[in-house]
Amino acid sequence: MKKWLCVVCGFVYEEAAGLPEEGIAAGTSWDDIPDDWECPDCGVGKADFEMVEV
Amino acid sequence: MSDPVIIIGSGVGGYTVAREWRKRDKETALMIISADGAESYSKPMLSNALDKGKPADSLVMADAEKMADNLNADIRSRVRLESINPAQHSVSTTAGEFTYSKLVLSMGANPIRLVFKGNAANEVLSVNNLDDYRLFRDQLQGKKQVTIIGAGLIGCEFANDLCNNDIKVQVIDLSPQPLGRLLPEKMADAVKQSLADLGVCWYLGKSVSEINTHDSGYRLTLDDGSLLDTELILSAVGLQPVTELAATAGFDVQRGIVVNRKLQTSDSDVYALGDCAEVEGLVLPFILPLMNAARTLAANLAGDDVEVSYPAMPVAVKTPAIPLVICPPSAGSQGIWTETDMGVGIQSLCHSPSGDLLGFALSGATVSKKTELAKQIAHWL
Repeated sequence: MKKWLCVVCGFVYEEAAGLPEEGIAAGTSWDDIPDDWECPDCGVGKADFEMVEV
Repeated sequence: MSDPVIIIGSGVGGYTVAREWRKRDKETALMIISADGAESYSKPMLSNALDKGKPADSLVMADAEKMADNLNADIRSRVRLESINPAQHSVSTTAGEFTYSKLVLSMGANPIRLVFKGNAANEVLSVNNLDDYRLFRDQLQGKKQVTIIGAGLIGCEFANDLCNNDIKVQVIDLSPQPLGRLLPEKMADAVKQSLADLGVCWYLGKSVSEINTHDSGYRLTLDDGSLLDTELILSAVGLQPVTELAATAGFDVQRGIVVNRKLQTSDSDVYALGDCAEVEGLVLPFILPLMNAARTLAANLAGDDVEVSYPAMPVAVKTPAIPLVICPPSAGSQGIWTETDMGVGIQSLCHSPSGDLLGFALSGATVSKKTELAKQIAHWL
């Protein structure tokens, strides 16, 4: 499971944890998140996220 | 060739407008004028980079050259704006005069500097950009104690970040509680306690009157006469939108540069956004409103005719000691706070007398309710 960092605001998406409050189940891989999904903290799209190695 | 679109400022606002506009228009000439090094970096991470083990330069995601390439733009770094001449459609800068077809002002805000007595009053640091942050990290080397003036968002975030790195932190604020203007009492107490547990020494309800050099560091004299010795002083008492040149050029300026919901100033070929702009009375120096404004502005530059909309936008406070999300009620609204200890965190809700949700603050695990609650609040704009 990987972590993804929003390069605009620093928000981290952890695949293992998901974002259950936004309807994204724990364990959802980055690839399976819809393309129109936006960073909950700053609203940038998937294209502006950057993968962080864990 | 027609005159370029010129963007003044290479912060999140300037670069986001450029990026969004380039999705629509890949060819029209674009010039970006930046007073600093024009590196693209994550500004919100300045207040938690220490904890993540990141040196200042590692926050740079792309240098000016790479950004110029990515955006097909002529980027002028270390160039300062000297005046805006709307009648000539031109800007005067330290690198000469340039004419524009459309102008975008994304000049940000300057940290407010309090005036202190004493021989070291001018040595107080503030961090509002990458250059400031480099200086701060440089001066921090080998230091074990830092005093922060201001217990607002930035002050609290830096306090948490420094404490996590074994630096003793003292925080001074005139307000009797941290995040004084944003939080109700119980939540503010929880923040105060969480950061105190981490090692923060609070000096609340106090102000600094004098700062002098002392041994190898500084001695602060507070308004109650007490003395505080420290090695480094960071001021985080708020931001002042950069408006002077816009005002001189004759644009409407109130607290910020006044723009309509299309992000246009009183001159329809000149736009403004971000920390320097006031959209229908609102100056919101946060990332989410800025991104909304940048998208709207970019669409208008590309020929659309759209207006920005602000849903209620919660702010996540980067204090790992106490996860915190704040969605303050609009200025001037009359609400009553109800604060509930949920066991896993505090939920503070602000309702109008007729029962409408106006704002909230959430701590601990209750922060997961932020999206659901924000949707219940009427749009700010």
